[in-house]
Amino acid sequence: MAKELMKGNEALAEAAIRAGCRFYSGYPITPQTEILEYLSWRMDEVGGTFVQTESELAGINMLLGAAAAGARALTSSAGPGFSLNQEGISYLVAADLPAVIIDVMRIGTGLGDIAQGQGDYWQLTRGGGHGDYRTIVLAPASVQENCDMMETAFDLAEKYRHPVLIASDAAIGQMAEGVNLPELREHNIDSFDWAVRGCRHGDAPRKIQNTYYTRPDYVEYLRDKYAAMDSEQRWESYMADDADVVLVAYGISSRVAKEAVNEARAEGFRLGLIRPITLWPFPNRAFEECKNAKAYMTVEINILGQMADDVRLAVRDTRPVDFYGTFFGLPESDVIVEKAKAMLEKEGK
Amino acid sequence: MKLKAPECVFSSAGFCPGCGHGLASRLVGETAEELNIVEKLVTVVDVACCSFNIDYWNFDTIMAAHGRDIPTAVGVKHVRPGCPVLAYMGDGAAYSIGMAETIHAALRNDPVTVIVINNSVFGMTGGQMAPTTLPGERTATSPKGKDPARYGTLSGVELLKGMDIAYLARAELVGVGGMAKAKRYIKKALEHQLNGDGFSLVELLSPCPTNLNLPPVKAKQFVHEEMTKYFPLGEFIDKGGDK
Amino acid sequence: MSKVKLNIARCKGCGYCVDECPKQAISFTGRISEKGYDTIQVDDEKCIACGSCYRVCPDSVFEILV
Repeated sequence: MAKELMKGNEALAEAAIRAGCRFYSGYPITPQTEILEYLSWRMDEVGGTFVQTESELAGINMLLGAAAAGARALTSSAGPGFSLNQEGISYLVAADLPAVIIDVMRIGTGLGDIAQGQGDYWQLTRGGGHGDYRTIVLAPASVQENCDMMETAFDLAEKYRHPVLIASDAAIGQMAEGVNLPELREHNIDSFDWAVRGCRHGDAPRKIQNTYYTRPDYVEYLRDKYAAMDSEQRWESYMADDADVVLVAYGISSRVAKEAVNEARAEGFRLGLIRPITLWPFPNRAFEECKNAKAYMTVEINILGQMADDVRLAVRDTRPVDFYGTFFGLPESDVIVEKAKAMLEKEGK
Repeated sequence: MKLKAPECVFSSAGFCPGCGHGLASRLVGETAEELNIVEKLVTVVDVACCSFNIDYWNFDTIMAAHGRDIPTAVGVKHVRPGCPVLAYMGDGAAYSIGMAETIHAALRNDPVTVIVINNSVFGMTGGQMAPTTLPGERTATSPKGKDPARYGTLSGVELLKGMDIAYLARAELVGVGGMAKAKRYIKKALEHQLNGDGFSLVELLSPCPTNLNLPPVKAKQFVHEEMTKYFPLGEFIDKGGDK
Repeated sequence: MSKVKLNIARCKGCGYCVDECPKQAISFTGRISEKGYDTIQVDDEKCIACGSCYRVCPDSVFEILV
């Protein structure tokens, strides 16, 4: 099949449709608004539901109702709007409901700015809402991965009865690339016995609420669930096994980091890259193959180096971990190489 | 005339003595049985006192986040259009934290039925001042009485009167007459949903003896004599009906 | 035969039925129930099985049999 040229956000939307998603509720915010715009007409074509809600709060809670009724349900937002989604994400987790939420990240704090950024790593990976939870977070690095990850996201959400987050960013969302789209599939809303539909006489009514009230094994159940989710670590390793310095980057910055690896290798400097595809669970196992690493450096578009602590934990502080970050602009490959060399100089010999 | 509590409502044990929730719950059960929708109805209850119903009703039920019951119900309705969906919430949920959700569901004429239990206070948290608290009414956060110069008294029904929705009514859960009207309004609201007419909302003025610090019979009198001054009773919108 | 059947274990003693009964057929017993409430009794002689008590009871204590 011929490739189609698609914008990242539109690819996410079309891939959701093809993964059987027939319900979307959300609110406009840059840089993810194309997802709403696309689904506002596309849902009609496939007989699904699109609702532009009055806020992200209404969007996420309407999604909760749709998920509770058995649909593959999606919402999307960015930065400040994603913060408003957190109330509902925490409730989705509490009630064991599958759903997919996209955060097309922007830069900065508060309103921040609509520019490309990776400002929400902590909010995405720490369970950004109230309470005691985490969620699987998938981080696509290309428009093709936007397509490929949507079905994975819904499958994982249903496997664990848990919301799954997609961490995209303004750059991936706004760029256009050639993609192979997945096949169109339908989802049966009666796939799950727990989904509300009306209670037949004599049956026990279905209750969608905090599982704390319904599961005597609540604590063990959750511990087991999170332990099982830890097995979903996904990553791409690029010349990391023999590298002296290993870069760690996801999403759009991983593409620049990969370029930096190629440039460094061309001049004989053994640079490598670990690209987390799941931000949570963080791909700790990826670091086992970095036998030669003297130092690690994350490459991120934020000020505080939000991912660096996860790398420190992954390598158990056995090697120094540094951070190269940019604000308003992508990292640059030659700066990455230069900083990696300086790190090796300082730490390495 | 033989009268027996509906089978689909099997307890009211968690509500305080004299609480209107027990009355409203029973009316929902009675109307569901009379409309023959017990096996199809999906209910969404708010986290506060309303949430006890999740264990009292024999309906598939979702306990929604505080004030987000209406969008949650709308989500269910879109996925399962064959199911009547009922959101059951208090005045704090409907007119304070969830006011945007209430108004916009009405604006979209979303085809769900909403029951609002208005008792003039936040009940579950211990009787704090609500937008529905009457001027001068003493609550846990207005110990000298609600100062009308600083805090108004909001009638959600008045706000919704101008909207293009299927049904809007208010009754009091007081006395035989009040109960009869409350039941008729709930039934009509659900019938409008079954007919595909759109959004319906019934507000029920309800005694909360515990938080009004009154014996139940006095709390009932407060609803009937004081609350109705600010919250007039009746049917206000009845699309295609006799109004 | 009794006109009203009581599920007295459900009674929380709110007194709505006592207040609403048109024949003053319902009164408090003064006996404290297992839940700790002063519960009610119905005088079958006075009762006309009108159903007022059923309608105003928040706890579904009453069943009208005739």
